[in-house]
Amino acid sequence: MPTAMEIYKLLPKKNCGECKFPTCLAFAMQLANQKVALEACPYVSPEAKAALEESGAPPIRLMTFGTGDMAVKVGDETQLFRHDKTFYNPTVIGLIADDSSGSQGIKDGVALVKSLSFERVGQNIRVNSIAIRHSTGDPKEFLEGVKHASSEGLPMVLMTEDPGLMGETSVAWPKRPLLYRATPANFDAMIEVAKRSSCPLVIGGAATLDELSQLSERAKKAGVTDLVLEPVQGTCAQLLESMTVVRRAAVKKHFRPLGYPTISVLGSSDLDKGRATIGVAKYSSIVLMDELSRGFVFPLMVLRQNIFTDPQVPIQVKPGLYKVGEPNEKSPVMFTTNFSLTYFTVRADIEKSKMPAWLLVIDTEGQSVMTAFAAGKLTPESVTEAIEKEKVKDVSKRNEIVIPGMVSRMSGKLNELSGMKVIVGSRESSGIPKMIKSFSG
Amino acid sequence: MGFEGAKESFSGRIKEVVIGATDEHGGSRSRRLTVGGSNGLPFHSFESEMPHKPLIAMDIVDTLRMVSDTQLKSMGDVVKDPVEWAKRCEKEWGADICVLKLQSANPEEENRSVEECESLFKEVLKAVSLPLFVYGCGFEEKDAKLMEAISNAGKGERLFIGLAEEKAYKSLTAAAMANGHGLVAFSNLDINLAKQINILLMDFGMKPENILMDPLMAPLGMGLEYSYSVIERLRIGALMGDPVLQMPMICDCSCAWTVPEVLEEDDGKGTQVERGVNWEVITAEAALMAGAALVITRHPESVKHIRATIDDLYGGV
Ligand code: B12
Ligand code: SF4
Repeated sequence: MPTAMEIYKLLPKKNCGECKFPTCLAFAMQLANQKVALEACPYVSPEAKAALEESGAPPIRLMTFGTGDMAVKVGDETQLFRHDKTFYNPTVIGLIADDSSGSQGIKDGVALVKSLSFERVGQNIRVNSIAIRHSTGDPKEFLEGVKHASSEGLPMVLMTEDPGLMGETSVAWPKRPLLYRATPANFDAMIEVAKRSSCPLVIGGAATLDELSQLSERAKKAGVTDLVLEPVQGTCAQLLESMTVVRRAAVKKHFRPLGYPTISVLGSSDLDKGRATIGVAKYSSIVLMDELSRGFVFPLMVLRQNIFTDPQVPIQVKPGLYKVGEPNEKSPVMFTTNFSLTYFTVRADIEKSKMPAWLLVIDTEGQSVMTAFAAGKLTPESVTEAIEKEKVKDVSKRNEIVIPGMVSRMSGKLNELSGMKVIVGSRESSGIPKMIKSFSG
Repeated sequence: MGFEGAKESFSGRIKEVVIGATDEHGGSRSRRLTVGGSNGLPFHSFESEMPHKPLIAMDIVDTLRMVSDTQLKSMGDVVKDPVEWAKRCEKEWGADICVLKLQSANPEEENRSVEECESLFKEVLKAVSLPLFVYGCGFEEKDAKLMEAISNAGKGERLFIGLAEEKAYKSLTAAAMANGHGLVAFSNLDINLAKQINILLMDFGMKPENILMDPLMAPLGMGLEYSYSVIERLRIGALMGDPVLQMPMICDCSCAWTVPEVLEEDDGKGTQVERGVNWEVITAEAALMAGAALVITRHPESVKHIRATIDDLYGGV
């Protein structure tokens, strides 16, 4: 955001008060604090307006492609390190279906992408996009594949450097596909297609970031601003360097020509998997791969979920009474917190014992046992409340509850409030299997 | 005016730490390895120095209790025999270092005696020529005796002994110092605690060039994001010039194999082995991107993948 002085310089300096502020300077100060809208002044020139919008825009342009529920957002990041604030728009992961596999191959690709969708820690994680690439020279299969994909709802990337052929993909345009790509060789013609289709465009094929930024400026002058950049990234080292330099230029220097989302187009080798991992961690907005095996793309999506978690708001599980194994009235009851890390650790340790148990998960707003205890979010009162709400005494007739060793201090009060016998468990949940064995019989 | 990316430089530098000793240096290892030495963010070779490639260690546990069925099936019966397992790490699987985890000393489990553990260590020392790390079972009293014995048996080899923790570091540190070994300083996902343990060790007399930091690598999907950010911040803190944070970091990524999502059967997420390997690889690559100088892994396939990525990140060789 520009400062009050920078804004003031662009205002008419009439001090007429029509904006409801006595002076232009007072108005500029309100604008800088985002308390008022520029429209309140009837006299700003169009040039000043454009300049102010430009300098107030986010360092990396927000761009969407696809339509409807599945549309994806990329860009609009403000940080180099997630610990400084957060990374907002998770890397889009997509599969490239090449027309050399025929329109059937493209259909299979679409079906595969649709099947790569999972529930995890209460969130949906999925492969977000299908890219259709022309490589055969015969446009028929490509166009048929594009037509098929257009009816399937997934955000699309259309890959051909032939502006003529790209111009024939109009069936897909209402779905707002990403067009891949304009290069120094086809630049003006591809820009024309982007304009005609109103679709976002990848620009790439530049040898240096300097050349790439010149291309993006040219695109902007021609009126195309929904851009995605593809800097040079042949090796892991180049990928890391390019992505880092682009992100820094945008975020730290507000260098507009590189202030766009980025894309990494990868193959299917083991090294490409490494590149995809680096791309997710280090600033690729879109990662496309030739092949997505389930055993790789699932952990990759988990990485994305981890990296793009708000460092201030932990991933959590739903509070409630969970079954571990097939517990019955004689099975022990334990409680833990709804921080996913805690919950999954404890759950895994109970599972190791191979003994069924009831696990009461307390709402601690996603904090670990000690953090929640220290913050007053895990108290004898909150545990008792959960015991009542989940009717714990009905599902287990033992009338005892095992508590984490770290909060042994709450046992007296908890016993008093809940009427249940309190058993102090191990400090680490890894001690649970040993302890739980003593409950048998 | 042409665009040129700004280069960033830092005043601090990660310390160099030497692992293992060849006969020239009083040991019997076939190589003497160095980690650390960088004055920039991880793999930012375009603006900083990174004189040593990060290393890949493989762990060997002396009890099947710590080996999942999936691993047993895919790595084979060799994991039933720590000595054979170690040989395989060196001869076939391409490890830089072996980490012998003496979990069977655990007094609440197998409770194997100090003598038995010591003789296993001696066999491993003879069977492989790689530099060795030796971790105890995490029970202070037992580890005190155990590590004293290991330190003496490995005299001159420049082992790394672990894990020194805030509440239990004196006996381990004494054991390491007695024979010129190094120490792995463990802390629990917290920058101040990481700093604290290093200060305690140095106050106790340990030289910084003998310390590696283990800031706890939480596996993918199980808190990786906390570790990732703690490691990045430790690395930045070190580069900004905090000498107490400049020890190279080691991240144990074998923990990936304990994640429930790796152990469950679910064809929709690939086979357990493929998923497990990628789980471990991604955990390790995240650790490396954040700032680890050394990763510990379990599966031979993981080593191949991580090695290739490190080489490619390092500049192609
Ligand atoms: C990460 C972290 C945070 C994160 C939050 C993470 C989260 N989502 O909870 C952040 C940075 C936000 C945070 C904040 C705070 N934290 Co904090 N935090 C930690 C840290 C480093 C790790 C916690 C963790 O994730 N542990 C891993 C999970 C899995 O552990 P767990 O939930 O305890 O579960 C284990 C056991 O309890 C047991 N277990 C769990 N359930 C059950 C059930 C049964 C039946 C059994 C038998 C066992 C069992 O097994 C589990 C695995 O071993 C610890 C220090 C540490 N190294 O432990 C401090 C720590 C917990 N935090 C602490 C404090 C004081 C705070 C703050 C109050 C600090 C402040 N002044 O702002 C705030 C509170 C937040 C607030 N005001 O709302 C203190 C608590 C001190 C105390 N003794 O009370 C600790 C110990 C750090 C310290 N040494 O000072 N914290
Ligand atoms: S309306 Fe415009 S010109 Fe008039 S005082 Fe406000 S800012 Fe200045």
